[in-house]
Amino acid sequence: MTQKSISAAFAAVAAFAALILSVITAQAQSVDETVNRIFADSTGWFVSFIFASIPGTSISWIVIWLVVAASVFTIYFGFIQFRVVGHSLALVSGKYSDPNDAGEVSHFQALATALSGTVGLGNIAGVAVAVSIGGAGATFWMILAGLLGMASKFTECTLGVKYRNEYPDGRVSGGPMYYLTKGFAERGLPGGKFLAVLFSIFCVLGALGGGNMFQANQAHQQLSGVFGEYPGWITGVVFAGIVFAVIVGGIKSIARVTEKVVPLMGVLYVGTALVIILMNADMVGAAFGQIINGAFTGNGIVGGMVGALIQGFRRAAFSNEAGVGSAAIAHAAVRTKEPITEGFVSLLEPFIDTVVICTMTALVIIISGQLLTDPETGLYIINEAGQVTTATGATGVGLTSAAFESAFSWFPYILVVAVVLFAFSTMLSWSYYGLKAWTFMFGEGRTQELTFKVIFCIFIVIGAAASLGPVIDFSDAAIFAMAVVNIAGLYFLMPIVKRELESYLSRLKSGEIKRFK
Amino acid sequence: MSAKFVVGYDGSEASRRALDFAVGRVKLQGGTVVLVHVLEWSPYSFLSASELEERHKRRREELERAEKALITPVLEKVRAEGVEVESTIRYGHIADTICRIAEEIGAIQIVIGRNGHTQIGSRIFGSVAGHLAQAAPVPCTIVP
Repeated sequence: MTQKSISAAFAAVAAFAALILSVITAQAQSVDETVNRIFADSTGWFVSFIFASIPGTSISWIVIWLVVAASVFTIYFGFIQFRVVGHSLALVSGKYSDPNDAGEVSHFQALATALSGTVGLGNIAGVAVAVSIGGAGATFWMILAGLLGMASKFTECTLGVKYRNEYPDGRVSGGPMYYLTKGFAERGLPGGKFLAVLFSIFCVLGALGGGNMFQANQAHQQLSGVFGEYPGWITGVVFAGIVFAVIVGGIKSIARVTEKVVPLMGVLYVGTALVIILMNADMVGAAFGQIINGAFTGNGIVGGMVGALIQGFRRAAFSNEAGVGSAAIAHAAVRTKEPITEGFVSLLEPFIDTVVICTMTALVIIISGQLLTDPETGLYIINEAGQVTTATGATGVGLTSAAFESAFSWFPYILVVAVVLFAFSTMLSWSYYGLKAWTFMFGEGRTQELTFKVIFCIFIVIGAAASLGPVIDFSDAAIFAMAVVNIAGLYFLMPIVKRELESYLSRLKSGEIKRFK
Repeated sequence: MSAKFVVGYDGSEASRRALDFAVGRVKLQGGTVVLVHVLEWSPYSFLSASELEERHKRRREELERAEKALITPVLEKVRAEGVEVESTIRYGHIADTICRIAEEIGAIQIVIGRNGHTQIGSRIFGSVAGHLAQAAPVPCTIVP
């Protein structure tokens, strides 16, 4: 990176920041309110459509859609997520990688990059949202959704590699927009292109919602919790400036530092959660009792068992993105002759993300007694917003922070750093997913790419300024809309995956596929 | 089959001294010099999504650049001296890869240069020469 291009990039960032500041006047709080109102008004219809209930019930159709899909894939592939885990681990550790392919993208690298896009605020803030609305029982449904989701992830990532684009200049990229187009054409089915474009539209919205605004919003909530209340757009402008410097200015050093620190933060987070759980080992049994009891009774939450189920599935899907299609983009560049191998590797992702990390967050919240219950009835105390009353009154990431703080008073400071970095790395991943969908629709080129990147940065400011409710609704809605299109396509393409699977497993058994070490 | 001398070559002053030494040996006793250039690489490093997309392209560019800028000129120079020479460019851990190539081609000796790191430097960053001295499958000459 030359000195000149760095200074040019910083000049660009400064100009961008100045532009936003000049538009936004000093009336800070009212800016946040205005942004919030306009945002909630303009996205309300989309949110209501995605979360509409099945007539005559209180169950939103989208949740059924996700559960049915994950169950269908699980059964169709014969519980693949439990059969091949050993082989998945061998693939990740490189035992089946050709040494002559050194220098190409390894299974480990594809998995690590995909994980860095999914492990993030969904695991910290999303889980808190789930248990504060759905009670401890939501955790049970979240774990179940994580286990079933492994089959969805397997299906989409296999297809992502099989139908990727390998350009003459050596770049490799793939994702639902390519497998929907090419896979449908190969099977002689109509509508592939239509689904691909529809997916791309929702992917851009998802990138701006869950991959951007939700992250900015929760990062701001965490920062203002530590430094005192200040207007959200300030956090937004700072974040937007840094993201702009990386994705437009091409300053790799910022991304490099993040990539080094993010895994460390992940380990620190999981490690601390484990310590808290071990310190309260005697309460773990009771916590699981609450989780399982709550899963089938609801323990007094609004909507009862169904309410817990919906929250669990919603947050699991939001956190591990199984069936959403985003991971297929990240996994597509791996070096392998067998697309199915990346499917095997990718199914580890929902396990690590949801079954391990999300469950730890939930256990810490439950064990630390954050969810208040009525001592007489044993049911949750529900506040006027329809949520479980928490010990400190906090929701979202604030609730997780309070839970960890009850064991380690210094942890909120660590969590601020973790949240900011997770938010940042997730934003970078989604800026790439969104960009791929954008260029699929509008063609590749500097102008098209720059347009998307600038829009992406503007939405960071909006996300940080808006309040959690509308942001989380829109984020979920956009990400689930991706799943609607992606899963519809997966049903038609799953026989292709089945063929690949059977062929590979028989060659693995016969010894035709060999280990290299 | 002629005796093969594997030379770890990265274009540095030290690696040039190693090459000179190996060329001198071959002139005396006959054989072939095998130039080995290893591009440091770990399959467990972290790349961003856009780096994954470009990895195959970058690899091709890196290999081309190493071939053109580093290896070809040296091959010509050594051949001009009347010494038989081959070359290999690989990705991987430097010392491990040199060892593996030496085994694959049945080399009789590995020759490498030494940068003369301080003790602390090689303790922290590890030294290729130190690693080879410990792990080489054939006699290893470290040229100061």
